Amino acid sequence: MFNSYLENTLEYYPENCINCHRCIQVCPHNVFTEGNDHVKLTNPTSCIECGACAQNCPNEAIKVEAGVGCAWAMIRAALKGKEMDSGECGCDDDGKSCC
Amino acid sequence: MDNNKDNSKFCSCDTKFQAFPLMNFSHSYPSSDIFSTTGKLEFRDRFDHFLARMGIDRMNHVVKPGLYKLGDPDKTSDIIVSANYKLSFDSVRDSLQHIDCYILVLDTKGINVWCAAGKGTFGTDELVKRIRLAELTKRVEHRRLIVPQLGAPGISAHEVFNRSGFKVEYGPIKASDLPEYLNERKTTPEMRKVKFPLKDRLILIPIELSHLLLPTIVLTLILYFFAGPLASLAVITTVLAGTVLFPTLLPFIPTSDFTTKGFILGIIVAIPFSILYLTDPNTSPGASILGSIIPLLIIPSVTAYITLNFTGATPLTSKSGVKKEIYRYIPILAFMGGAGIILLLLLGTLSFLEVI
Repeated sequence: MFNSYLENTLEYYPENCINCHRCIQVCPHNVFTEGNDHVKLTNPTSCIECGACAQNCPNEAIKVEAGVGCAWAMIRAALKGKEMDSGECGCDDDGKSCC
Repeated sequence: MDNNKDNSKFCSCDTKFQAFPLMNFSHSYPSSDIFSTTGKLEFRDRFDHFLARMGIDRMNHVVKPGLYKLGDPDKTSDIIVSANYKLSFDSVRDSLQHIDCYILVLDTKGINVWCAAGKGTFGTDELVKRIRLAELTKRVEHRRLIVPQLGAPGISAHEVFNRSGFKVEYGPIKASDLPEYLNERKTTPEMRKVKFPLKDRLILIPIELSHLLLPTIVLTLILYFFAGPLASLAVITTVLAGTVLFPTLLPFIPTSDFTTKGFILGIIVAIPFSILYLTDPNTSPGASILGSIIPLLIIPSVTAYITLNFTGATPLTSKSGVKKEIYRYIPILAFMGGAGIILLLLLGTLSFLEVI
């Protein structure tokens, strides 16, 4: 009850893991831990979908729909008629960003 | 800090560039500018940090992107990568006071490492470009870079290696752990786990308040004149519950969802107002009952909305989860808030017409 964070988009394919431990080094929530032949997915529900593991996995053993868990950005995007997942961030919309 | 040499403006997204071969550093000398900095923070640095924390001139707490030398680095010295947000850069140099090294500052448009990595400005392209512009291959004889762990969502270490020849080593989350990391050359699970302690939560309060300052003042004044001082106190209480009480008590409030946590806080602070209106001897029974229901509808829905919006300021919430919270709770909050406002207008009209 009242926990929207039990499911996420993290997918792990241990058969592709080359045991380089990159994911363990980059994960800020200790989702992965060391194993014998490949790393173990120990705390999947702690994942915040930052995407660091998938981005740094050299053998595509991890997939995740990375994004920023920011309600403000999503609501702003929705109000502007954009997709909630558009990845827009509300914190620097002062028109000073060059992109 | 001498950083006046760079008159050019770089944009991380204006050019795409190709991989370049490793150069032989012994026969060539770097021609690009290098800035000098110290590990000592001055009063004006700390004052700038204060302004940044207050939300004043928010996008202008920047340092020039490029390569900085701290102390007297040589060809074997470490290179630490940072963002061009002043608070990020200063926390790195502050923690490395007595260490000779280089700091490679990426152009993240004045955004901190974690947020810029999420947006991709602290990213592989920008890092590879800065390696090239700073002519790192001529300045050092090793091929290692220490990148903050929270920059990893934007960086692909193997791609950086393929495109630049530099091996990315992920350092600790907190700059204050850098000296220990440089000694041990590895991060401990403790260093790698992101935490959100009371100090980190409290420091966000001024920014949260500054977002809501104007509507709070306007509503407080309007309600003061049309509904009395108690109503304007309710507005202030609601905003303080969402922006001060919530970050302070975050880990101790029941439930996992930010919206329900805020809702619980909202109910708690609404109850005294409800009781005060219910027991007000100067109002009729009808007005008392309406007056006691209104705070219970409006206050929790507003605090819950404020606290839902706090998700982006934390390193705790996933996109999937936040989206679920929005779909789950926003309709309920909108209904409650809407019903509360309609009842408030009804009460105002009936009181004005002296019906109740």
